This record gives sequence, C-alpha cells and structure tokens, in this order.
Amino acid sequence: MYPFKYQKAATVRGAVSLLGKAEDPKLLAGGHTLIPTMKQRLASPKTLIDLSGAGLSGIEQKGRNIVIGAMTTHAEVAASPVVQQAIPALARLAAHIGDPHVRHRGTIGGSVANNDPAADYPAALMALGATVHTSKRKIPAEEFFAGMFATALDEDEVITKIAFPVPGKAAYVKFPNPASRYAIVGVFVAKKGSQVKVAVTGAGSGGVFRHTAMEEALAKRFNPKSLEGVATPAADLNGDIHASADYRAHLVGVIAKRAVAAAMA
Amino acid sequence: MTVTALGAAVRRKEDHRFITGKGQYTDDINRPGQAQAYFLRSPHAHATIKGIDLSRAKGMPGVVAIYTGDDVAADKVGGLICGWMIHSKDGTPMRAGPHPILAQGKVRYVGDHVAVVIAETLSQAKDAAEAIVVDYGVLPANADTSKAQGAPEVHSEAPNNTVYDWHIGDKAATEAAFKAAKHVTTLEIVNNRLVPNAMEPRAAVGEYDAGNDALTLYTTSQNPHVARLVLSAFIGIAPEHKLRVIAPDVGGGFGSKIFIYAEETVCVWAARKCGRPVKWTADRTEEFLCVAHGRDHVTHAELATDAEGKITGLRVKTIANMGAYLSTFASSVPTYLYATLLSGQYAIPNIYAEVDAVYTNTAPVDAYRGAGRPEATFVVERLVEAAAREIGMDPAAFRRRNFVTKFPHQTPVIMMYDCGDYKASLVKAMEMADVKGFGKRRREAAKRGKLRGLGYSTYIEACGIAPSQAVGSLGAGVGLWESAEVRVNPVGTVEVLTGSHSHGQGHETTFAQLVSSRLGISIDNVSIVHGDTDKVQFGMGTYGSRSGAVGMSAISKALDKIEAKAKKVASHVLEAAEADIDFKDGKFTVKGTDKSVDFGTVALNAYIAHKFNPQELEPGLKEGSFYDPTNFTFPAGCHICEIEVDQETGVATIAKWTAVDDFGNVINPMIVEGQVHGGIAQGVGQALLEGAIYNKDGQLVTASFMDYTMPRADDLPSFDVGMTVTPCPSNPLGIKGCGEAGAIAAPAAVINALTDALGTEEVPMPATPQALWTVIQKQSRAAIAAE
Ligand SMILES: Cc1cc2nc3c(=O)[nH]c(=O)nc-3n(C[C@H](O)[C@H](O)[C@H](O)COP(=O)(O)OP(=O)(O)OC[C@H]3O[C@@H](n4cnc5c(N)ncnc54)[C@H](O)[C@@H]3O)c2cc1C
Repeated sequence: MYPFKYQKAATVRGAVSLLGKAEDPKLLAGGHTLIPTMKQRLASPKTLIDLSGAGLSGIEQKGRNIVIGAMTTHAEVAASPVVQQAIPALARLAAHIGDPHVRHRGTIGGSVANNDPAADYPAALMALGATVHTSKRKIPAEEFFAGMFATALDEDEVITKIAFPVPGKAAYVKFPNPASRYAIVGVFVAKKGSQVKVAVTGAGSGGVFRHTAMEEALAKRFNPKSLEGVATPAADLNGDIHASADYRAHLVGVIAKRAVAAAMA
Repeated sequence: MTVTALGAAVRRKEDHRFITGKGQYTDDINRPGQAQAYFLRSPHAHATIKGIDLSRAKGMPGVVAIYTGDDVAADKVGGLICGWMIHSKDGTPMRAGPHPILAQGKVRYVGDHVAVVIAETLSQAKDAAEAIVVDYGVLPANADTSKAQGAPEVHSEAPNNTVYDWHIGDKAATEAAFKAAKHVTTLEIVNNRLVPNAMEPRAAVGEYDAGNDALTLYTTSQNPHVARLVLSAFIGIAPEHKLRVIAPDVGGGFGSKIFIYAEETVCVWAARKCGRPVKWTADRTEEFLCVAHGRDHVTHAELATDAEGKITGLRVKTIANMGAYLSTFASSVPTYLYATLLSGQYAIPNIYAEVDAVYTNTAPVDAYRGAGRPEATFVVERLVEAAAREIGMDPAAFRRRNFVTKFPHQTPVIMMYDCGDYKASLVKAMEMADVKGFGKRRREAAKRGKLRGLGYSTYIEACGIAPSQAVGSLGAGVGLWESAEVRVNPVGTVEVLTGSHSHGQGHETTFAQLVSSRLGISIDNVSIVHGDTDKVQFGMGTYGSRSGAVGMSAISKALDKIEAKAKKVASHVLEAAEADIDFKDGKFTVKGTDKSVDFGTVALNAYIAHKFNPQELEPGLKEGSFYDPTNFTFPAGCHICEIEVDQETGVATIAKWTAVDDFGNVINPMIVEGQVHGGIAQGVGQALLEGAIYNKDGQLVTASFMDYTMPRADDLPSFDVGMTVTPCPSNPLGIKGCGEAGAIAAPAAVINALTDALGTEEVPMPATPQALWTVIQKQSRAAIAAE
C-alpha cells in the first residue's frame, strides 16, 4: 500500500465537496474491493473519503419500491424482513455474496459502483428495473452499467440509494466460480405483470446483460420449458480457466431454467 | 493422579494456546533493531539478467542494504542443495544445476529471487524494490511437464532438461509378463500440480550476535536441525555451534516447510552482513509463486492380468516435473517414495517403472502430504479399478483376488510389507458404506437427473521414515532416526525433548500421553520441548508420518532407561533388592509386600542422592535415546467414495465417504480422526478442486485464492471413519502413522467414483465442473455419432 490521506464525510454533500477538492480521491465504502487492490499496489488513490458516517445505510419500503441506502451491507439486506418479504430473491442473492466477513463489510453501493462483471447485484438491478439514485440524479439500471468495471457515474458523483420496484415473481440462481465464489454465471429472472426480464451476470464480456431472446420466450409462457432451444451465443461471453465461453453459454441456459423454476416455486 | 492411557481421546493440550491467539509464530517474533526484507522477484519465467541498476534504489528512504547474486557470490555463500542422490539407468549421477539463494545471471521461474531489499519498514523496502532497474533478456520458457524434454534448456548442466532417467524393477521379466497376459489395461494419467497452502505462510527472522559471533534463525520449519545442518555444512552460513535455529509454533507444513529455502537463508546471511536482525514474512502471492509445489507427474501406466483375474505385471513410465531447481528432497519423491509403492496392496510378481525427472520454468516441486505415495496409489488404484471393469469383474472382488495375504511380503520394488489385513479393511468399509444398497441409490439418483458412482481406493503407504542404512544405500544424504531426551525434574514432572516437530499434529498431547501412561503421572505434568537446536541436541523432524512410529519410539526407549534407573533408586528408598521392585501405575512396590513409593518421591531421591552411594549410582534422572527403525511401516486401508454428477452442469457432489484405515496401534483416536479428515479434504481438493496452472509463458495463472480452489467445508461430506488394527511389529509401540493416509487414498477413490458414474476412464484431475461437462459433452457427441 502507498501512503494516502483518510477523510471521513459526514454528509453526502460533504463527500461530494471533498471529491471536488481532494487530491486524487476515491470513495471508500466497505473497502472489500478497494483495500485489497491498494494493498497489492494496483490502486494508489491519494485520498480516501469514507462514506460510513454519511448516513447512507438503511432499508425502507416506499410505495411499490424497496429503497436501499448505498452503504447498506450485504448482511443487512440478507437479514432485512422488509426485503425478505417483498423481494425474497434479493435477500437470498445478498446472503450468498462472498463469506460472512465480506457480507458484513461489503455494501450494495460499492458493489454497484465497482460493476465487477462477476458480481451478483448488477443482475438484480437490471432484471428488477432498479433506479440508482446519486448525489446529482437518478439513473435507470439499463443506463447505469456501462461495461466491465465501468458505470455512468461521474468522477464527483456519489451513489446514495437504489430503488427496486417490487416484482410479481423473481429468483436469482448463481453458478459460483469454485475458487472465488463470484458468479461464473448468475441469472436473475423477474416477472412483473406480463413483462419478464432476464439479466445475466458473470458471463458477458461487457458485464451484466439482458437476455432478450429468453425474455421474449418467457413473456409468452413463464415456464422453464419455454427456454428450450433459446440460444446464447458464446461469441460475446468470457472465457477463463474455470469456464470457457462455450461452457458459460451452456450454463446460461441451464441456470436460467433453474431460475425460472425457482421463481415459479 | 489421573493417568491418560494410550488410546484415550483426550483433547489437545496445545489448542487452548492456539485458539486464544496465544501461539508464538515466527511472524510474532520481533527482535530489537529489526529491519524488514523484501524480495524483488522475477516477473519472467526465463530470462538472462543483463544488468541490475541499484543506484536510485540505494538512496531511497529507510534503505539499510540491497543485495544481489553478486554479493552472494562475493561472500562465497553456497547454493541450496538437494540431499538425495539419484543415479540414472546408466549409473551416472543426477544432473543438477546450481541453486543460488539470489539469482546469478539468469532467472528460471516467475518469482525467482533477484535481489533483497532491507529497509526500516516493509513499505520502504517495497518502494526501493520498485526503483531497482533490472535489464532482462527474456528467453522462451516452458512449464509443461510432458514437453520439458526438448524445451529450451533450463540448466546447461542438465541436457534435454533431464535431471535423471531412473528405473526400478525387472524390465525383462515384466515385458515377458505383458507378452503372456490375457488382458492389458492402459491408462494415461496426469497427477495435477498442487500448491500446499499451509495456513501460516513461510517467515524468517535472522539475527547476529556480534559479541559471540553467533547467529540465530527463527523460521517456519518442520525440521530445524536439518535446516541448521544444511545452512552450516553446505551453504556455509556458520559452523553448527555458532548457529541456532528455532522453529517456534508453525501453522501447518504438509511437507512444504521441510525444505531449506532461499529467503530464510538470505535473512540469516544478511543479518550478519548488514548488522541488523532481518525479518521476512511471505505474503500469500509469494507463497503461491515460490513455496515448493507438489505432485505434477505425467504417467503412462499398464497392468497385465491373466485369465483368472490375477495381476501378473505392472509397468509405468513417469515424467516428474522438478520445477526450475532441485528442492531439498525433490529427487527422492518420484523415485524411492513413489515407485517403491507401485505394488499397492497386491501381490504383483513383476513391476518395472521408469521415471524421468525434468526441469521446467516453474516453482520447484518437492514433497507434499504423501509425497510420491499419493501418485503411486493413484496409478495403482486407477489401474486396478479400470482393469476390473474391463475384464468384467467386480472391483472389490478383483482387489480381493490380488491382495497380499501372507506377511512379511517382499514386493519386487524394494519394500517388505511387515503386516496388514487388507481384506478386513475392505470388508469393513463395504459394510459401513452399504455397498449392497448402492444400486438402489444409483437408480434413485438417476430419477433426479444425477449420475451416481462408487469408487474404491485400497491404498498402502510407507511411513515411519526410515531405516538409516536402507535409505543411505538408496542415496539419502542423511540418517532418518529420531532422538529423544526425557528429563525428570526433582518434583517428578517431566520434560521431553524431541527431535520431532509439531506443526499441527498434536505432539504436545500424544507424546505426553505416552509419558503419562508409562510413568503414571498426569499429562499436565509433562511438557514437550521441540523446535530449538539449542534445547534439543539433534533431530530429523516431522514428515512422512514418522513422528509416532520413529519419534515416539525414541521417547519410549528413553522411558525404558528412566524406568530402569528409577527402579535402582527405588530399591534404595525401599531398602529392597532391585530385582524385587515392581513398577506399575506410577508406583514402585516391593514384590509381595505393601511397601511402595510413588514416582515423584523416587525422582526427588534421585536428585538429593542421600539414600544411595553416588559412586555406584549416578544422581539425577535423565535419559536419552536415538532410535533407528528396523523397517518402514505400512499403513493401509480402504476408502470408498460415492459421488453424484449433475449432468447439466458437470458439478460433482460427494454423497458419502467411508474410510477404514489400519494405522496399527492408536495413541489418540480423536487426533487420528482429525488427521484422516484433513488428509481426505486435501485429497478431495486434488481430485475435484485444486490445480496449479501455468500459461505457456510460464506465468502462474492460479496465483491467488481467487483462482486456486482450496477445499472448503461445503465441498466435503461428513466422513464416516472406522479402523482396523494390525499392530506394527517394526517398532516398540506398534504404530504405523496416520498423517498422510487421507491425502494418499482420496484422489483415486474420487476419480474411480467419477469414472464409474460417467462410464468412461477418461476423467481428468482436478475433475472441475468444466472438465466433467466436457467429458459429458464428448460422450453425448459420440453417442449421437454412433446412432
Ligand atoms: C473474498 C471476497 C469475496 C467476494 N465475493 C463476492 C461475490 O460472491 N459476489 C459479489 O457480488 N461480490 C463479491 N465480493 C465483492 C464485495 O461483495 C463488495 O461488493 C465489493 O467489494 C464492493 O463493495 P465495498 O462496499 O467493499 O466497496 P469498496 O471496496 O469500498 O469500493 C468499491 C468501489 O466503489 C466505489 N464506491 C463505493 N461506494 C460508492 C458510492 N456510494 N458511490 C460511488 N462510488 C462508490 C469506491 O470508490 C471503489 O471504487 C467479494 C469480495 C471479497 C473480498
């Protein structure tokens, strides 16, 4: 790790103003991605702005939305009766991120801002049609994720909360990387009225994506059988030592069917 | 006084210290004035070093010193050694390249040590290392075992990258057996490379005492005396009496901490050179890159059988990857620790094995839990299972037909099995595993879309390493006895100084159990002292499941002497003839009377020396022993794995695990079970999860836990563990050893279960979901083509 300056923001406005003033700043949430990269000397921000005092954690139901503060930990989401009741699939997703240490430090805001192509939350945001609230605007999930480790966020922008519309039926099934337990393929399926959204994480070379062919098939009939014969081209998928692009393409089909079956259960 | 008997499952005495964070590991040790070392490592798998520019780095804040291979050469510090001489078929000695502690002119794998920076803090050392400019001439590299012979030369001393081409057994007789065979089973086997990953990474602190011109090295070692011997006699750091090596609490070794490494050597050398204590602790990435790896064999294996299903011959050709340098015992692992076990539990009349050891641009490979024996068991048990299926025999029945049943049994590959009952462990395991009900479970699984398979592994290993003359005749550079000293204090408490070293095995408990049961004192009144060359006179350390069979035997011999002397003292205290004294349950009694005295009183009398003539009987109560075993020991048993494969994803889930092991007499069944559990976990890790992968440029792709899959609790079933006992006739306690069995037995059981489930012998290790899915895809393509 290289030396850096630590600053703690008391409010979101404070964080934004520090982002504007400080030398080479970076926001610090749970630190579970940022700190390891700093330790390995792969990242070297000059200033860390800690968001833990900025009042950004908490979960509430607002009308037909579940609103989760950016600093809410995965463990809090997993254990929240509000989430468990309204979007059990989201609570279960959070309960299977990493290990207990990670779940008690890592935050939804940090995860979404980082947009790791193998992270779980991006699939939930995309399939549920969530909206990312920031210090300056509201960004629909569709527009927020902009490819591997890239988002629509500006340099001086802070995620404040994420609003998830409550679906009719939803499920997330993850095929974990045997080593890291991040998603090799994660499929989030959500049905709201007649609309079905299928979001795939872990597999795409550009990060999370919507599987429109599956969505069309499922909109006709919401049943795993509808997915038989729906192709997932391997050309746009990642390949690594754990899973080739072909294997990932195959898994997307299998895991999507399991997600639909789970959503129906 | 509560005596803890041999065979009692008492809790481990040392655990309170460990689980309350009171252990003292090497990294917990800080010496006054200590500086931090950081190693600049090669980013290239193979390159010449054309120049190293230290000018900017030397001026960086906090830098104490920076050393390179030139300084090592100028100080005439010797290179690391390989302590086992293997000769090739033509009688020539193995061809080993030099192994300098800092690279000289060339780097040979990613992580090779280029320079050491010693600074006030680790951050400063890292900053300075970043300012070193190394001019590399990058060379083509090879990491692939099967392509090593013919790849770019790693050491000019080893033409064709071949360290030795060794063989064992009777070639002509084996060829004849294959010619006459009714059936020949052939397998191509890759035994995957593993990274040991002890929980505690390696660490070292070197310190120089200028007043006495003496050095101390604190290090993560399984055998501190061997480390001192090598550092002293071969590397030339200091004479033995001027060098103290301390291996304090050590958090796991699995073999990887047997070896003498560059980093610890640099720390102790540099401490004198720069006049400051020098500390280094590996980070996890350094461990992945530079700790000695395990396994990495490519083998062509054949088994010959006759018309009655009797094995008539076994033939293997193995290429063993040594990595870029020969580590301390590397040469012995794929030879005398491997090919000598190729007879398995079977009476095989003809065996011939050829082993080529090759250099590649990878981390050195050496002994890792099981060391050669897992590789041998995998070959034998895969062959046996495949042969049974090919000739249409039940795999258990085929094994029974070929088991060794008469002891002692001389195999064609050196080993003389002293005792065992292989049928007993197989039968017991089959009952515990409900093999009879397997068909039903398989059909039930099929309904759920799962392919269920059952696999056996009836393994054998050679432990209790080893009779010194025998290993000496095979090329070992050391004797493999063990030493013990039992010191009885005047109050009757006991200190045992042992040359064995505990790094998780529980010696503080099991060794104390032996003393308690023999002297009739509480285990709380016994302390086990180990890991310090200034306290323990000499010892060979812990590996090869030798601490029970050899280390405890030495303690037992010393206790015999204590008992004999204490009887003499007791005879004076009790005023009776020595021959009339009985010793039992901690009490000396005059035969046929109620006159008795307890052990503590006798100890006190030994020291005050009032009741006997010190000119005839020396005061004090302290005895030592050097115990050299008469044979290896041969733990054996049967593991049965039942596994289910998800056809859609390729995910394999172990449904049931049964282990029945024969470890001879057992000191503490709880500790033994723990050893079995840990061993199986590592064996399952090898079979399903773990694999060190280098890419074609020699970069280690699996250099962190993000990509190297360590087994976790949820990868494993609950183990059903049982035992059979044939006491070992080759040592006084009847112990065989249990430390490696699980890791030796497990991989073959898993892969045999998978090949059973999938109906093909072509299942690679590790059988990851992707690998199994690929097998299933290939099968369904073949099925479609056949239609
Ligand atoms: C061992 C391990 C296993 C893991 N397994 C999984 C897994 O299975 N699935 C999974 O999805 N994730 C996994 N993670 C990731 C983890 O869950 C966190 O989501 C992730 O580390 C980021 O969250 P954080 O709160 O730690 O963010 P930090 O590391 O603090 O920050 C990450 C990035 O986001 C930025 N940032 C943080 N908060 C905000 C904000 N409010 N507004 C704008 N930018 C912000 C930071 O500046 C930084 O660039 C794992 C992590 C570890 C260490």
